[in-house]
Amino acid sequence: MISMSHFLILGAILFCISVAGIFLNRKNIIILLMAVELMLLAVNMNFVAFSYFLGDIAGQIFVFFILTVAAAEAAIGLAILVVLFRNRRSINVDDINSLNG
Amino acid sequence: MEQTIFYIFSTILVLSAGAVVTVRNPVFAALFLVLAFFTSAAIWILLEAEFLALTLVLVYVGAVMVLFLFVVMMLDINLTVLREGFTRYLPVGLLVAIIMLAQLAYIVGPERFGLDKYPAPTPRDADYSNTREIGLVLYTEYLLAFELAAVILVVAIIAAIALTLRKRVKTNFMKPEEQVVVKSKDRVRLVKMATEKKDD
Repeated sequence: MISMSHFLILGAILFCISVAGIFLNRKNIIILLMAVELMLLAVNMNFVAFSYFLGDIAGQIFVFFILTVAAAEAAIGLAILVVLFRNRRSINVDDINSLNG
Repeated sequence: MEQTIFYIFSTILVLSAGAVVTVRNPVFAALFLVLAFFTSAAIWILLEAEFLALTLVLVYVGAVMVLFLFVVMMLDINLTVLREGFTRYLPVGLLVAIIMLAQLAYIVGPERFGLDKYPAPTPRDADYSNTREIGLVLYTEYLLAFELAAVILVVAIIAAIALTLRKRVKTNFMKPEEQVVVKSKDRVRLVKMATEKKDD
């Protein structure tokens, strides 16, 4: 039988892959956004697993809201990316230093 | 049987997630992310979350990833500049990922979340509706959160349109309401002047 720790470890592996992806592709904003989506997927996997094994539907409601917020975030993030590319002709993170923070 | 399905799908999921962060071409990365979402939808069906699995396919594969693909294909990206530092940050990235994975696996491992601690629930009947159960609590207990989610989506629509909308300058666009009220004196100006002799 599949235990809860199977699903939790699967979520942990996904999360660690996306953390490594943020380290590796730290110049490419598109891949960074995709890594963030993968992280949210890993968190959702944990929520769904807990919801199943504890018999509580609230976990799935939370996943529903996370999906909503993640879709909104992806839309706004990509819109900012398009405006950035239109002004700078590049999506390199190193080029976004006008604020000199 | 369930275990075989779980291992097959989780292997595909982990491999495609690894491909998302390592492939050279962003288009392939987006397509591998589609595969990852699709596979995790299958795993969620194993967990009896049918509504969320279908939502994941419809919303993510159908909308968000198509948006990603549009943007990736629309932008003309110089890949060689963006790949700089990939090998330089590979050791530290792998180190952080492996340490994090070891810590997480120690915490969520079988001795704390095994079958003896959390036994698998009995399978639901065939006429059990996951969508109905979600709807019953979503529109009563979580009504305020549901409406706030709708507001967030409206804000996202308005923000995305406002960010990307721009007034084009120097286009030959004509306004009909200005065209119908135009008079001849607006277009032609008659100038009275004395005759002059052309000098050679």
